[in-house]
Amino acid sequence: MTDTPPRPRAPRIAFFPLGDRALVIELGGRVSESGAALARRLADAIEAARIPGVREAVSAFSSVSVHYDPARMKAAAAPDQAGIGPYQLLQTHLQVVCENLGEEEAAPGVLVEVPVCYGGDYGEDLGYLALAHELAPAKVVELHTRPVYYVGMLGFMPGFPYLVGLDQRLVTPRRATPRPSVPRGSVAIGGQHTGIYPLDSPGGWHVIGRTPLALFDQTRDPPSLFQAGDRVRFVSVTPERYEQLLAGAA
Amino acid sequence: MALKVLRAGILSTIQDLGRWGYQRFGVPVSGVMDEHSHRLANILVGNDEGAATLEMTLVGPGFTLSADTLLAVCGADFEARVNGEALPKARPVLVRAGSALDFGPCRRGCRAYLAVAGGFGVDLVLGSRSTFLRGALGGWQGRALRRGDLLPTRDADLALYPSLLRKLRETRAAMAHPSWAATERVEALMPGPHLVRFVRGRHWNRYPEEARETFLSSEYRVGSNSDRQAYRLMGPSMIASEASDVVSAGVTFGTIQVPPDGEPIVLMASRQTTGGYPRLGEVIAADLPLLAQMPAGARLRFQAVELAAAQALLLERERELARMHEALAMRACT
Repeated sequence: MTDTPPRPRAPRIAFFPLGDRALVIELGGRVSESGAALARRLADAIEAARIPGVREAVSAFSSVSVHYDPARMKAAAAPDQAGIGPYQLLQTHLQVVCENLGEEEAAPGVLVEVPVCYGGDYGEDLGYLALAHELAPAKVVELHTRPVYYVGMLGFMPGFPYLVGLDQRLVTPRRATPRPSVPRGSVAIGGQHTGIYPLDSPGGWHVIGRTPLALFDQTRDPPSLFQAGDRVRFVSVTPERYEQLLAGAA
Repeated sequence: MALKVLRAGILSTIQDLGRWGYQRFGVPVSGVMDEHSHRLANILVGNDEGAATLEMTLVGPGFTLSADTLLAVCGADFEARVNGEALPKARPVLVRAGSALDFGPCRRGCRAYLAVAGGFGVDLVLGSRSTFLRGALGGWQGRALRRGDLLPTRDADLALYPSLLRKLRETRAAMAHPSWAATERVEALMPGPHLVRFVRGRHWNRYPEEARETFLSSEYRVGSNSDRQAYRLMGPSMIASEASDVVSAGVTFGTIQVPPDGEPIVLMASRQTTGGYPRLGEVIAADLPLLAQMPAGARLRFQAVELAAAQALLLERERELARMHEALAMRACT
């Protein structure tokens, strides 16, 4: 066994066009908590830089996509940059942001405790999941509440967190046929991820429980309970407690 | 003042240039499908280009107007009529209070945009007036128009075109409009197949050369299960030569992604914010209005272009719109 000395993190940052009005920054490496945190930090730094023509920066598992208006980017260019295209102009700006990002570790994301009522009417696939993995339903709950997950990205619908850190014993392919309607607050497993449905919607993940928390509220700022890089722990609650919390939240 | 909805049409929604800044929370950008027609309609009535317009789809709505209204219609031809008389497209039209404004079925293309001077009186939600249907967010009550709705419009300066105002005052006509019209981009309204250009994307090289050539040389058709979120294409399948698992990442308007069945999908205005399928590339911004006007069954071919060429074309389109803006400002005062 060899001890590798700690090295400064030097992610391989690479730029690629995402069509003619967006660009993607790939951070290299695999999906990891530090990768997601770096993506979040880079996206924040890009937005804070207020580069003329940049509409927004969106972080995902190990990448950041930057949406921009080529005409505004070009209009804001210095006179000696007349021959340079919008993509190249943006990349030059972004390289500066990347260099200034510094080497310090991102602060760990906020830890959010999520109360979940598992099984029964609240999680109708808990029994199926237990059978499929030859585990007792209580064991599934135990395995699901044990880890501290992190939010790799938000996507699929407003406020939907893709949580990373699922116990390998609970990894389950998505349902062959998506359900036409999954109630809001449903806590579900899809492939390597667990997630929570913020709104009633069709869905192909296995629903094992439900939380009374409101994940998305357009009148809040920010509207989403979670941001990429945040950490999440599930806490099992009784149906009575679930209903109490739901009534309290309303 | 308001538009009273007598018929809703198939899918009539309030849209603007999109809800930017919230994709990090999983909120789709939404916004108009055909940005060019939307912007042109706004310019014609003296609005900011980002003002909300009404996007109509395939079969248009019918209204009565509660006040004199300066409006413009651009995009596909829905045979619009005011009190039974043909309403000309792509120009400012001043319509008298109490008139009936009717949009019929669309003959070619599939979307038209109605701009009213001052814009529609709906609130900003997360910075935008666009309707996101699946999230019941923004626009008019988060949904498409329904019969009986009273769609408010904001106060506007009708004196932008003094000659139209005079004509309406001095005659009993239901509407007044100039004889000129702005130039629209009408490629989509002609029979296809149309050439849709794209910039090659991250996973283009994962496909064997033969598959890439097939994609570039084949005709695709817009599938009937296409909507504001995505266009499903019918044509030769694209099967990757390498393992096709990719880490989910951001997508954009025009991203051409390929799910496991190999049938390409083009992501449109109401796309999700991220995607986990391999991407062939992105349709160029200058060609998105054309694609957005293609109804189910329309035929298209893809052509790869370099990024620099795509952006040069986009900048040229922007200059065209800017010139139109200036020309109209000069016409408006007469």
